[in-house]
Amino acid sequence: MSDQSNTPAPEPPDAEAQTRIGVDSWVAESDDRQARKRGFFGPAARGWDASPDPVKLFLFIAVAGTIPFWMSEGDLFVYGLFTVLYATLGLGLNVVVGFAGLLDLGYVAYFGIGAYGYALVSSEHYGIHWPTLASLPAVMVFTGLVGLLLGLTSRRLVGDYFAIVTLFFLQAFLVFTNTANPDIAGVGLTGGSSGIGNLDPLKFFGYSLTSVKQQYYFFLIVLCLATAGLYFANRSRTGRAWRALREDPLAAEVMSIPVNRLKRLAIVMGAALAGLCGAIFAAIQTAVTSSNFTLNVLIVIFAVVILGGMGSIAGPILGAIVINVSLQFLQPQNDHPDIKRWLFYGAIILFIALMKPWYRAVVVLAGTVAFGFAVHAIVSATAAASWTSGTVADAGSASVAKVTAHWVVIPNQALHGSFATYAYIGLVVLVCVVRSVTGWWRTLALVPTLYMTAVVWENVLAPNPAVTAEILFGVLLIVIMTARPQGLIGTARVEIV
Amino acid sequence: MHPLLFSIIDNIRSLGWGGAFQLLRNGLVLGSLYALIALGYTMIYGILKLLNFAHGDVYMVGAFLGYGILTRLNGPLNLAIGIVPAIALMFAVAMAGSGVLGVAIERFAYRPLRNAPRIAPLITAIGVSFFLENSVQLLTNGFQYTYDPFELGKTGNEELGPLYHTVFSVAGNPVTAVQLFVVGTAVFLMVALVLLVSRTKFGKSMRATAYDREAASMMGIDTDRVIALTFFIASMLAGAAGVMFGLYLGVTYYFMGFLAGLKAFTAAVIGGIGSIPGAMLGGLIIGLVESFAIGYVGGQWSDIVIFGLFILFMLFRPRGLLGSRAIQKV
Repeated sequence: MSDQSNTPAPEPPDAEAQTRIGVDSWVAESDDRQARKRGFFGPAARGWDASPDPVKLFLFIAVAGTIPFWMSEGDLFVYGLFTVLYATLGLGLNVVVGFAGLLDLGYVAYFGIGAYGYALVSSEHYGIHWPTLASLPAVMVFTGLVGLLLGLTSRRLVGDYFAIVTLFFLQAFLVFTNTANPDIAGVGLTGGSSGIGNLDPLKFFGYSLTSVKQQYYFFLIVLCLATAGLYFANRSRTGRAWRALREDPLAAEVMSIPVNRLKRLAIVMGAALAGLCGAIFAAIQTAVTSSNFTLNVLIVIFAVVILGGMGSIAGPILGAIVINVSLQFLQPQNDHPDIKRWLFYGAIILFIALMKPWYRAVVVLAGTVAFGFAVHAIVSATAAASWTSGTVADAGSASVAKVTAHWVVIPNQALHGSFATYAYIGLVVLVCVVRSVTGWWRTLALVPTLYMTAVVWENVLAPNPAVTAEILFGVLLIVIMTARPQGLIGTARVEIV
Repeated sequence: MHPLLFSIIDNIRSLGWGGAFQLLRNGLVLGSLYALIALGYTMIYGILKLLNFAHGDVYMVGAFLGYGILTRLNGPLNLAIGIVPAIALMFAVAMAGSGVLGVAIERFAYRPLRNAPRIAPLITAIGVSFFLENSVQLLTNGFQYTYDPFELGKTGNEELGPLYHTVFSVAGNPVTAVQLFVVGTAVFLMVALVLLVSRTKFGKSMRATAYDREAASMMGIDTDRVIALTFFIASMLAGAAGVMFGLYLGVTYYFMGFLAGLKAFTAAVIGGIGSIPGAMLGGLIIGLVESFAIGYVGGQWSDIVIFGLFILFMLFRPRGLLGSRAIQKV
């Protein structure tokens, strides 16, 4: 590429349209991509890219380590501790899904086995109290062995079969812990639906980790060790072999890579890390029940990995921060009742603002606002008062709720049931319409769609935050996989034929 | 010997031949439902090599569509029209609605990923499944709704509605109208499907697309259309199964698609994935295994028994009972 001659070869007139032969276009466009990172966050993004990886880790530790100093204990528990938990779980799943390309849907079962394993050896359930330094490694080894057993099937089960076997395994695990609960030594092994309570806290050299701060720092250390370990594993011979296996198992096998052993290794590593997370989680909660290990948790962890970017190390950490913080904001809150409304309208406006060219964004924004007021005026003029007399959920005293009540049609309780159903289905249909038209038609279709989104949000989604979060995870998986499979910070996969 | 084995032997003794017949009957009815769902899995897998996780949820949506029509007709009690046209209408709407849903899922979730690595559409499928399940949970508030088949279409002083009339009995064990109806409808739909796939031009293009998509499109087959139609038919069968589940067992709830989907997929695998007769056979086997496991071992173990069976099958005969041996081409 470094052409030293002063007279460049004359370019053919249709150079733009032609494929450049001899230069891999991805490599050739590298500088352009760098230059494109301009704008407000441009320098930060370029600086982040340029800094070496250990510096990034230390930056992360420096920021994460100061969080307990300015956050209350309760906030630290929901925002700090759970983010670290999801990040560590995400890293473990990333080994299996991102590095080795195996769809392991039983991942949460290892998490659960770790938790139950810790509960069995450090509670009054059987009266066994192992020291933490013995129980944590034992739990990791045990979940690793379970992973190995399940991984043995991966030799013959390719792709989808492995996914369904592991999903079935998760289901069997849930049934086993929740309802089967066999009697061993006179006590139900897993305690049935009430689980096992009164677990010992983590205890090292006589110090018990009982406050949220101590637990947070301990879990942060675990996360950093896992990050560093996986970073080196990813750059090692094994990591390269995993990537080869992920891209093309057959070609990898031809290159004398021990495909089956590497698959098992990935599953075992993921399982052991999940088991460790489970044990720590159980110790922090001081109780385990099978409701902690359902499919919903699996989807959250998958969302964490896929949002951040499969196969990258920083991806799951970033994904965990975004997912957990927005998950917590969606919950009904007493101190900031309006915050989810700010988040929602903020996300909509950000979506509009990212449209190109800028006048299209202006048209959509103005159109949506005008459309909303028009619809509201028509409905309140023609229909009965019951169509606009509903109240917004979690209004608080903030102004956003008051404005939206004059913009969004909110029928009262009597009409609510069927209106919610039709509005929701209408929104899904509108989104499908937007997806299938192009150009100015799409811009035009966006106006009623965005308004409908607001209507559905105020009427159906905002009053049911828990289900809303799960719907959003489902949508997130679909949207990311179809629009940006590399996630937030992963690098795009280039197929070189 | 383990106490569980004792209890199994006890159960076999105490239930006797009559109990065994009842289990066989329940297993056949359940099995024909699983077979209908398994057909959808196997068709979609055959044509796209994609495990459509959302298929179980399409079945659930079908059950809810049927329930919606039932309530529009003032049902389950005081039906506005006769029971036969009412059930026909429920089937028509549920099958059409789930068919359209299946086509929409294919168009908006799977088609953009035709040439992506295999893990991408799988993750999307999980997303679709989760989206459908929770959307229905949101719109139904997570309640169970009942078709009330015992009283459906009841007239006068009858104790049970026409669906639960005994048609004939075997040694004092009744076989009700709804059980015959479920098995009969399932058999009818399967025969229709087999004829469609083996005798019509569309069936031929479907088989061609499943065999080699690229070559089929070179022969002038609009593969996108064939795939969309396959999704339509598969989802239609699932919708019919949903209504039949409602008529037979009475309840619909947002979570019913997950386990039914898992078991139906197991059925498709045991029969040999991609094989239509295999899916029917596998469905019957799973239905019978589940029914006998519930009767003899206990309800809490039936899922674990099916799971164990599935694992054994995967380890020793991954191509299933009627599947063809897969040859990997390079």
